[in-house]
This record gives sequence, structure tokens and C-alpha cells, in this order.
Amino acid sequence: MTTVTSTQESPSHDTPAPAPATLPREQVIRARRGLVGVDWDELIRHRELLGFLIWRDFKVRYKQTVLGLGWAVLQPLCFMAIFSVIATKLEFGDRLSLPVLIFYFAGLLPWTFYSVGVQFSSTSLVNQQHLLTKIYLPRVFIPTSVIVTGLIDMAIASVVFVGFMVWFGIVPNVEILMLIPLMALLILTTLGFGYLFSGLAVAYRDIRFIVPFFVQGMLFVSGVLFPASADFVGEKGAWILAANPVAGVVEGFRAAISGGDYAFDWPRLALSAAVGIAVFVVGLTVFRQIERRFADIA
Amino acid sequence: MSYPALILDGIGKSYQIGQREPGAEGLGGALKGLLSAPVRNFRKLSGQGDEKELFWALKDVSFEVPAGQVMGIVGRNGAGKSTMLKVLSRITEPSEGTARLRGRVASLIEVGTGFHPELTGRENIYLNGAILGMTRTEIDTKFDEIVDFSEVERFLDTPVKRYSSGMFLRLAFAVAAYLEPEILVIDEVLAVGDAAFQKKCLGRMKDISHGHGRTVLFVSHNMATVRALCDRCVMLQGGRLVADGEPGEVIDRYLDMTMAQAGKVYDLSNRSSAWKFGTGTAVFTRLEFANQSNFVDRTSELDLRCWVRAEEDLAGFRIAVIVHRLDGNAVGGAFGPDVLTLKKGEEAEFKVRMEDFQLAPGRYCCELRLGRGNPTDGRTEYDAVFDVFHFEIQPETSADGAAGYWEPQWGPVRFGDCELARVGA
Repeated sequence: MTTVTSTQESPSHDTPAPAPATLPREQVIRARRGLVGVDWDELIRHRELLGFLIWRDFKVRYKQTVLGLGWAVLQPLCFMAIFSVIATKLEFGDRLSLPVLIFYFAGLLPWTFYSVGVQFSSTSLVNQQHLLTKIYLPRVFIPTSVIVTGLIDMAIASVVFVGFMVWFGIVPNVEILMLIPLMALLILTTLGFGYLFSGLAVAYRDIRFIVPFFVQGMLFVSGVLFPASADFVGEKGAWILAANPVAGVVEGFRAAISGGDYAFDWPRLALSAAVGIAVFVVGLTVFRQIERRFADIA
Repeated sequence: MSYPALILDGIGKSYQIGQREPGAEGLGGALKGLLSAPVRNFRKLSGQGDEKELFWALKDVSFEVPAGQVMGIVGRNGAGKSTMLKVLSRITEPSEGTARLRGRVASLIEVGTGFHPELTGRENIYLNGAILGMTRTEIDTKFDEIVDFSEVERFLDTPVKRYSSGMFLRLAFAVAAYLEPEILVIDEVLAVGDAAFQKKCLGRMKDISHGHGRTVLFVSHNMATVRALCDRCVMLQGGRLVADGEPGEVIDRYLDMTMAQAGKVYDLSNRSSAWKFGTGTAVFTRLEFANQSNFVDRTSELDLRCWVRAEEDLAGFRIAVIVHRLDGNAVGGAFGPDVLTLKKGEEAEFKVRMEDFQLAPGRYCCELRLGRGNPTDGRTEYDAVFDVFHFEIQPETSADGAAGYWEPQWGPVRFGDCELARVGA
């Protein structure tokens, strides 16, 4: 390197940089080795951006659709109708401990949030590559905002569901408070799979083919069509299904709103919760590792 | 006393170069290839390639920028300028070295990043502002100025997908223009809109960079802009820092270095692998700028001589010349007919002459392509070389000896005379 002239104090400035009392915060950029953790501090500093992204995703979600928010209700209603017919035809409808419609709707509320969240978020990074290659922002916000937007859909569908509860005269008891931890588990699980798939999809476009397949397959092992309880799938089967956190949430939702008619299966719910948290941690960790190469491979 | 806003220490960035897949031999080979493809692809996609295939886009770059300085970064295409901005704005991680930045960094590598076509102008101001790193309160306070600057007030509640491209760019630039970070990293985004708006943007850039003690890193191919805006300038070449100092002197060096020298033969056999392009069936080995002088008269010819080596027997290939402006935009090109032949392993010299071009005065560079076919009937490219040297089209002198004048915004093509006549006089 040759220095043409030594750098002097910049003469062309109208006002030279004032020396601030405290220097601005320093950030260090370097190649990171080993596992990259989550920079929570950065996420908190940029929280407003997450708000803007959620707002954007919500605004855009039903743009140029005829039914608009109606889709949020129509999807679970259709599945509820189909599954109710299946249950009646196969004559297991009266073994469900709840009115058939309530049984399916209660399960489809969390299931729809999960399946739509995973599918939409898995393509979120690939579809917005310019946000990876032209600017820096905490990338984890991109799938997060898509998934969080699903809460609005779920809230709307819940209003319809409350109507069904009133119609069937179901009065919940104090166990309805369990919906709070169940929602937390549902969101964590969905975020975990969302991070995993959206991050992997940047490097491996195979994910585009895997996700629909994966979500469809999960429908059958998540207790949506029939209870994931020992009565239906046997003791061993129930434990296997409980290793799927979504099954735990689906069954938990039914128990929480049933007013005691539908029993909680606490040990198996605990297993679901542990797996759900693990999915979140693994998904986020994988995402962070691939994130380093996003701009180079997108 | 000012503090260092930016300290770069030995920054390097390497990329994997795609390896060529081994060709299949027979049906068995093809089947084996098909079965092993997932393993091969997985290795490639996860970045576990061969160490030898590393290409360093940046290597050993160190410098310090005091707070409040406006620094220009110049260099040819592929010199590593954009990679450096991407590293500093944290879009991509360096492979080695450390950069320390003091203060909030905002980068503008493209205007309008994150604009959503379905949202209105008003909504996009907020969204884009947030993506660029502004807080809601900041956007609120600057909202009116942004709208004023963009001149799209009437369409504020229209989705931006209905905007003309000019309106879109004006709005996008306006949001960026009101960013107020401590460190601003900009990549050639000034050239948006019509000439009047460009002038306005340049004025705003001057305001942003001076008088607020803001540190600015500015990449541009427009030397006039660098001269006007920067206090200091560095030049990159092949990923390394090769000059650092007063803008006028660095720019002169840059222009000298890249200027074609009449009669000089450029060796192309050791091009870095990043600059290899095409099938490699035949390659350029040397290139000579064969004009009498570096300055080309508009009415004269452009003469090039190149040496080509064939790796296979070739019957019927051609050379094409594409002329670019220094910002990388192509001005025009000419494809020769597929008439050249070479035997395997043979190396021969070819003359390329371009005549009757209508380039406006200014600097240009050439791209040469070796291949067959043309854009209409399908084509195969064997090799291409780009930006080996620059040449300058001289302003014309009129009969009385006065030098002509050409403004860059009049465009790169000079038309013939413009006849004027009053009708019905």
C-alpha cells in the first residue's frame, strides 16, 4: 500500500465533529468461530422494527383477496366440518368426551396457527432476499413477524369459537387459565420450526418441497383428527404422540376449555412442553449458524 | 479532538468458487452421478468445498477513519468496494480481521430496500425508515420533510405498486436522505431520477455529510461526485488497499492506472478465477490497445488486437465487443460473424476494429467476448474479459478550434446534427 499524502484534518467541514462527552457505543465486526449465540441485546434495541414488520405482514396478508380476514375463520370451519363427518361415519364421534364440533374446533385453533405459521415463515427469507443481501437487520425478525401475525387470525377464529361454546352451553372452569402457558408453548414450537425451516431454506431449496409434506404428515400425529389419548392409541402410542409438542397443545386446548369434561394428561403434557422448548432452542441455534452465510448464499 | 469512528484491521473476505462437476461416463457413470449428486450438492451448499477454490474479494484491508470524515472508495468493478461496504454494514461476515465501529451505522446499498408494493407511500415511509434503522419518533418528526423532498405528496395514500418508477425512486431516496446515523455507508445510490432530482440529491448528500459531524463512507464510479463530496479517498484493487490520501490525487492515480496505453499488451493469462467466465473452450491470453493514442477521436476507429488460445478444434467462432460506461452500464455492442477458426492448442492473434461509433466524449471501458452465435439465435460464450483498460473519447473541436463540451447527463451517445427550421416563415 502506498500513501499518496498523509491524511490531514478535513478542511472542508463547516463544523468539525464535536467531541461528544461520551463516545458512541462501539461495535466490533469479526469472523465468529464456533456456535453463534443469540444477541438478545440487539433484538431488544430493534424491537420497534419487529413491530413494523408484524404490522406490514398483517396489512399485506389479505391484500387483494375477496374474503380477506374471512379466511382466518373459513379454514378451521372447513376442516371442522370434514372431520366431524369422518368421526360420525366411523362412529367414534360419541367417544370424544366433547361435542364433536367443539372437539374439532378447539383442536383446529392451535393447529391452524401452527401449520400456517410454519408454511408461511419457511419461505419468508427466500422470498425477501433483498432484506438479507442489501441491508442488515436482525434476520430472526423476518420469520418471527410472519408467525406472530398468525395470532390475529387465531384471535378472529376464537371469536367464532366462543360462539360455538355458548351454543353448546359449555362453561369453562378455572382450568381455562392453562391457555396462557399452552399458547406460549404453541408459539415457541411454531417459532422453532419456523426458524429451522426458513434458515435451512436459504441454503437448501429442498425445504420448499419438504415443508408442505412435513406439515401434512404432522396433521395425523397431532391429535387433530382423533385424540392423542391412551383410549384411542394405547398407552405406548399416547407417549409417542406426546413427544410431538403440537399434539400436547391440541389436547391441552380441549381440556382447558372443557370445564372439566376433557381431562388434562399432565405427565404427557410435560413431555410435550420439554420437546417444544427443545425445538425452539434447536431451531433458533440452527438459524443463527446459517445466518452468518445468508448474504453469501441467498 | 475527534475520535476514530471506524478502525479496520486486516479485514479479509473469501468466497468459495463453484467447482465444475465431473462429467458422467456411460450409463453406469450417469447413474452413479445421479445417486451421489445429493451428497455432492450437500457438500457444496454447506460450504465445505476445496480450500484451493477460495477467492479473496478483500484481503488485508486496514485503515482508520476519524469521526466526521467523508471518505470516498474508488476502484474498478470487482476491486472489492461493494464487499467492503457489505462487511461494514454487517450484511456479510468478514473471513478474517476486525472492524470497530463507533456509533449507529446505516447502510444504503440500494434505495427502496424493504419497500412493499402493496403498501401506500405513507406506510412505506414508516416501514422503510424502520428497516433503515430509524425510530418511530424520528420518522414522525421528519415525515413532512421526507414527503416534501420526494415530491409525491398527492400519491401518499396510493399503493406504491401504482407509482411510476421515477416516483418510486424519489420516495425511496427521500426516506434515505433523512437518515441520521453517526456512520453512513453508501454505495452509488445517488444516480436516481431525472437531472433536476439528481442535483437535489447531491445537495442533500452534501448537507448530510458536512456540518453534522457525520462519518460517511462513499463508493462511487463518478469521480466528479467523489471529488465534490469527499475529504479523503482510498483506492482498492484486487481486494487490497493500494492508495489512501487526498481525493484529487487518488482519483488522478485511479484514472492513470486504468487508462489504456497505446501499444501496451495486457497479459490475461493469470486472471483471478473470479474473472473467469464462460465454458473455457477457448480463452483470451493477451489484449493490446492498438490505437495510436489513448484518446480516441469520435470519427476514427477503435483498434484492438487479441490473442486467443483454443482448447479444442474450433470452426466458426466470433469475438464480440461491448462498450461500457465506467459505472458498468453498457452503452452498446457489436457481434462479429462466426468466421474464425482455430485448431486445438493453437494460439493466434486477431484484429478487432470498431468503426463508426457515436460515443459522446467521456471515458469508457470494453468487454470482449469469445464465443459463437449471437443474441437472437442462441449463443455459447467461451470466455470474456471486462474492464482491462479505459479509453477516452475526445471532445470534438469545431472549425474555429474551440473544444466541444459534453455534460454527462446528455447521455453516452452523440447523435448527428440537429436540424432546425422555422415552419411557414
